[in-house]
Amino acid sequence: MSVSVDIRLKRANKVYNEGEVLSGVVVLQCKEPLPHHGILLSMEGLVNLQLSSKSVGVFEAFYNSVKPISLLSSSIEVARSGKIPGGKTEIPFEFPLQAKGNKVLYETYHGVFVNIQYTLRCDVKRPLLAKDLSRTCEFIVHCQPQKAKVSPSPVSFSITPDTLQNSRERDTLPKFLIRGHLDATCCVVSQPLSGEVVVEHSDIPIKSIELQLVRVETCGCAEGYARDATEIQNIQIAEGDVCHGLPIPVYMVFPRLFTCPTLETTNFKVEFEVNIVIVLQDDHLITENFPLKLCRV
Amino acid sequence: SVAVNAETWTLHQFNELLEVHHATYTWLHFEAVSENGCAYRRSRWRKYETELQRCRPEALPIEFGDYHPLKPILVTDTKTRRGVRKGSTSSSSSSSSSVPPDPLSSMLDGTDPLSMFASETSTVPRSVVGHDFEPWSAKRGEILTRFTTTEKLSIVRKATSPASSAVSEKVRTRLEELDDLEEQDYANRIEELNQSLKEAWASDQKVKALKIVIQCAKLLSDTSVIQFYPSKFVLITDIMDTFGDCSMCVFLFLHTNALLLSDAFTCEDVNDTAKETCLNWFFKIASIRELLPRLYVEASILKCNHFLNKTGISTTLPRLTAMVRGIGDPLVAAYARAYLCRPLLTEMMERCKTMGNNALLLNSVMRAFRPEFVAARATDFIGMIKECDEAGFPKHLLFGSLGRSLASADPPEPERLTILNEAWKVITKVRSPRDYIICAEIWVEFTCRHFTKREVNTVLADMIKHMTPDRAFEDAYPQLQSVIGKILTYFHDFSILFSMERFLPFLDMFQKDSVRVEVCRSIMEVFIRHQLEPTRDPVILNAMLHICKTMHDSVNALTLEDEKRSLSLLIIGFIRMVSFGRDFEQQLNFCVESRSTFCNLEPVLVQLIHACAAYSFITIPSLSSIFSRLSLYLLSGQVALANQCLSQADAFLKAAVSVLPEVPRSISVEGKLRSSESFLLDFINNFLSTLLVVPDHPEHGVLYLVRGLLNMVQDYTWEDNSDAKVRVYISALPLLAAMSQETYLYSIPKMDSNETLYGGDPKFLSEINKLCETLIGQVLDHLKALGREETARRQGALAFSLFGVLVAHGDLRNNKLSQLAVNLWNLSHKHGYCDTRFSVRTLDHMKQQAQQLDMSHLSDTVQRLALQSRT
Repeated sequence: MSVSVDIRLKRANKVYNEGEVLSGVVVLQCKEPLPHHGILLSMEGLVNLQLSSKSVGVFEAFYNSVKPISLLSSSIEVARSGKIPGGKTEIPFEFPLQAKGNKVLYETYHGVFVNIQYTLRCDVKRPLLAKDLSRTCEFIVHCQPQKAKVSPSPVSFSITPDTLQNSRERDTLPKFLIRGHLDATCCVVSQPLSGEVVVEHSDIPIKSIELQLVRVETCGCAEGYARDATEIQNIQIAEGDVCHGLPIPVYMVFPRLFTCPTLETTNFKVEFEVNIVIVLQDDHLITENFPLKLCRV
Repeated sequence: SVAVNAETWTLHQFNELLEVHHATYTWLHFEAVSENGCAYRRSRWRKYETELQRCRPEALPIEFGDYHPLKPILVTDTKTRRGVRKGSTSSSSSSSSSVPPDPLSSMLDGTDPLSMFASETSTVPRSVVGHDFEPWSAKRGEILTRFTTTEKLSIVRKATSPASSAVSEKVRTRLEELDDLEEQDYANRIEELNQSLKEAWASDQKVKALKIVIQCAKLLSDTSVIQFYPSKFVLITDIMDTFGDCSMCVFLFLHTNALLLSDAFTCEDVNDTAKETCLNWFFKIASIRELLPRLYVEASILKCNHFLNKTGISTTLPRLTAMVRGIGDPLVAAYARAYLCRPLLTEMMERCKTMGNNALLLNSVMRAFRPEFVAARATDFIGMIKECDEAGFPKHLLFGSLGRSLASADPPEPERLTILNEAWKVITKVRSPRDYIICAEIWVEFTCRHFTKREVNTVLADMIKHMTPDRAFEDAYPQLQSVIGKILTYFHDFSILFSMERFLPFLDMFQKDSVRVEVCRSIMEVFIRHQLEPTRDPVILNAMLHICKTMHDSVNALTLEDEKRSLSLLIIGFIRMVSFGRDFEQQLNFCVESRSTFCNLEPVLVQLIHACAAYSFITIPSLSSIFSRLSLYLLSGQVALANQCLSQADAFLKAAVSVLPEVPRSISVEGKLRSSESFLLDFINNFLSTLLVVPDHPEHGVLYLVRGLLNMVQDYTWEDNSDAKVRVYISALPLLAAMSQETYLYSIPKMDSNETLYGGDPKFLSEINKLCETLIGQVLDHLKALGREETARRQGALAFSLFGVLVAHGDLRNNKLSQLAVNLWNLSHKHGYCDTRFSVRTLDHMKQQAQQLDMSHLSDTVQRLALQSRT
C-alpha cells in the first residue's frame, strides 16, 4: 500500500512576509482508504547557531553549546482521526505568519554557522503496526522591506603595490595599477552587485579577475563570540590577460538563500563582504576587500 | 584473302607462268636498297607539281620563289599539319571558356598564415552579423570543412555525474585524464556529449545536463590548436543551441502543462511555477564559476528571459556584450561575441514597432538579421513597412531588403502568396524605373522559388510594362540580366520556360547587342546543362532557334576566334539536343533551316554535316537501286571527308565495301538487261581514287579499307571469262604507287591523309610493296591462264595495260622491273592483236619522258621495246 503525503504551498516561489497568511494544501494520495489517528500540521522557524571549531574547542563545537532560537512555532490538526478515502485528497490549510512574543521573523538564510530556516511539517499518525507518515517542506521568509531609502553611493578604488597591506615582499612586487568602482556597497539583495574594473597597467600579465562573495558570521555566547568569514561563491569576471584600459563589468547576482539582508541581533550577526581578486600570471593574488551592506526594498 | 594468296605464291609456280619473267620475281622479292638510294620505295618518284606544269602546254618556266602576280598564293604547311589523327568522335565537345586562375592571386589565397589568422579572427564574427548574411547552416558546414587540423586535440574528461556509477573508480580516474584525440575523434566525442546532454535532459537530470554544457563551453577557452578553433566553435555552439532549445522547451512545457492541470491553481500561479523554475535556473547559471561557460550558457538561454520580465533580453544582451570584455584571448572573445549575435532578435523588432519613423531601423534589422528570422516574420514586416513613414526612407528599399531575406529563406507556406501580393502591390507603384527594377529584381527570386510560371509570367509582364516607356530598360541591363539569371536558376524545364508568354518579349528588352548576346548565352548554357533528353517540342525549338539566331547574328568580322568558338559550341549543343526520333524528314528540314540560319559559324556547319551524314547513313539502305546506294555511300563518304568527319567517312566507305558483294551481275538499264560489270568497274575506280586521301583508322591495320575492297573484289562472283577482277587489280596499282609518295597528288584541306600520318615510314612502304607484289602476282597468274589461242587477244590487252601502269608508275631504273615491262610489252605484241598506233604513241611518250632529268634510263627500256610491224 503506497501512500504519499505532500505539502503544496499556494505560492510557487514559497516566499512569504511576516503578517501574511501561509496557505496551501496537504495532498494525500493512496490507492485504498487510509485509516489514521489524526493529521497534524506544524510550522516552525528556527535560528541554528553553530560554533566553529576554530574559535572554540573541537568538542564544544561538536556538542554545540548554543541553543537554537525559535522564532515561530504553531501547529494545527487538519484532520481528526478517521479514514481518508482512496485516491487523491487535498486538505487546505492556512497559517498566519506571526512571530512569537516580541521576536522578529528574520529572513531565511542558509549559512555555515548561522542557519535561519522555516519549515512546515505534516504528520499523519497511524494505528499500530504502521509507520507514521511525515513530510516537511521549507518555505522562505523575506523580511519586511526597509522603509529608509537606500541611495546608492559609488565606491571607487585604485590598487597599486603601495596600497597593499600585509605584503612582505613589497619591493619585489611588479608594478600595476588597477582602478575601478562599485556602483554601491549598500546593495539590494535582489539586485546584482555591479561596477567596473579597469586594468590600467600591469607589468605581469593578468591570469584572472574574480569576485569573491564572503559571509561573515558572528555568534555570541557565554564565552565571548566567534567571528568567521567563509566564501559563498567565486565568480570569474575576466580570464586571461585582458585588454588594458577597457572597463570590465563587475556583475554578480546574490545567490538566494545564501544571502540575506545584513543582520545584526544580540546573539548573532550575519554580514557580507566582496573581494575583488586579481590573479597574476605568476599566481600572485591581489585582493581588495569591500564590506557590503545588504538590504531589501 | 590477298595476304594468304601472297604466301601460297611460290617461285616454282611463277617460273612456270612465264619463263621470261623470272627476273621480275626477284624484283618482287626484296632488295634492301634501290639504286637511287631511296629505301624500300618501288614506285617511281613523282613530282606531281612539276608534272602538272609540264602537261600545261603554255606553261612558262617559273622559277620557284619568284613572285608573280598571277601565281596563286600557295601556302604549304604540311609540316605543321603533321599530327595524330583525331579520335573517331568529333572534337567539338571540349569547351575552352574557362579562364585559368591568375597565378599571383591564387598564390595569395590563403597561404599566408598571418593574414589567414587575421581573417579568421576578424571576418568570421563580421560575416555572422554582416548585411550579406549567410544562413548559419551553410556557414557551419563551410567552417567545418575549412578549418581542420591534424594535430592532437585534448579534452579534459570529467566523469560528468555520479549517476554513472557503473563506471568503476579506476576507469573514472583514467577518464579524467587528458585525452589526446584526432580531429574526428574530437568531433565524435563532442557529438557524444551532445547525445548525453539530450539524454540527461530527457531523464530529468538537469544539473547533469548543465554540467555537460559547462564542460563543453570550457573547451572553448583552449586555443592551443588555433586552426581548429572555428570548427570547435561550431561543434560546441551546436551543443549550446541544443541546451538552449531544451531549456526553452521545458519552460514552455511547464507553461502549457501546468495550464492543463490547473484544477486547484489559478492561471497566475501557473505562470509563477514556470517563472520560478526559470528563475532557479538563472540563479544556478549566474553562479557558474568560470567566465566563459557562464557567458555561453547565459547566451544560449537568452530566449528564456521572456519568462522573467517584460524587458526580455534588451537588458541582458548589453550586459553579456560587456562581459565579453573580460575575455583576455582576442580570438576567444571574438567568437564569444559572434555567438552572442546569433540567436533571437525579436526583441529588436518589438522596439522597431514602438519607435516612430522607424524605416531606417527596420531596414537595418532586415538586412542584418538572419534571413530565416526575417522570413518567419515576413508578414509582420510587411505590416510594419506599410505603416512606416515614407519620408525618411523610401519603402521600395525596405521591400528590397525584405525580398533579399526572403530570397534565401522561406517564409511559412500559407503566407507566401499574400506576401508576394502585398509586396508587389507596393513595388508596382514605384514610379522611378530605376528604383522599380532594383526592387523587382530582388523579388523575382522569391517568386521563382515558390511559385509557378503563371506568377512569374505576371511579374515579367509587370516589369515589361514598367521598363518599356522611354526605353527605361537601357539603364537597367544588369538588373534585367540578373532577372533572367534568377529565372534560369529555378526553371530548368524549357517547355515551361518558353511557354511563359512574356519571356521572349522580356528578352526583347535587351537591345544592346553585347548584353543581348550575353543573355542568350546564359540561357543556352543553362539549356545545355539541364536539357538531358533530346526534344522536338516546337515551342522550345522556335524559341531556341530565335535565341541561337541572335547569338549567330552577333558574329561579325571583328568577332574574336574564341568568341566564335564558344558561340558555336553553344549552338551545337542545341542542335544536338534536337531529335525528331524516326521522323528523319523533319530532322533534315531542321538541319536545312539551321544551315541557312547559322551559315557564319563553321563549327556549326560541321555539326550540321554530321547530322546530315547520319541522316544519309540511315537513309541510303532504304534505296533499292544498288548502284545508287553505292555511289551515294561514296559521295557521302567524300562529303564527310571534306568536312573532317572521319568516323562518318569511315562508316560510309565501309558500308559501300560491304554492299559490293550484293551487286548483281546484270542490271536493268532503260528496260534492257545489261551486264553490271562496267558500272562496277567504274565505281571501283572512283572508289580507289577516293581511298588515296582516307587516312587509316588507328584501330585497324594499315590500308584497312584498300585491303577490304580488294578482298571483296576477289570474293565477288565475276562473270565467267571476265578480266574484270584483274583489271581492278591493275587499277589498284596506281593507287598504291600514289600512296607511297611523300606528298600526295591531292589531299583534303584541314585533314591529314596517310602521308602525314605515316610520314613515309619504311614499314608503311613495305606494306604497300607487299600488296603490290601480291597484286602483280595475281595479274601474272591470270595472264598465264589466258595463254590459249582463243584468249590471246585478252591476254595481250591485259599485258599491255599492266605494262602501261608499270611505265607510268613503276621505277624502271630497277633492272628487274624494266625487264618485266619489256616482257609484258613482248607478250602484248606476241599475237599481233595490239593496236600499233597505240604502241607507237606509247613509245613516243616514253621517249619524250626519257628526255627529262632523272628519266634518262627510260631510253634504255625504250630501245628494248621492239615495235612489230603489222603483218
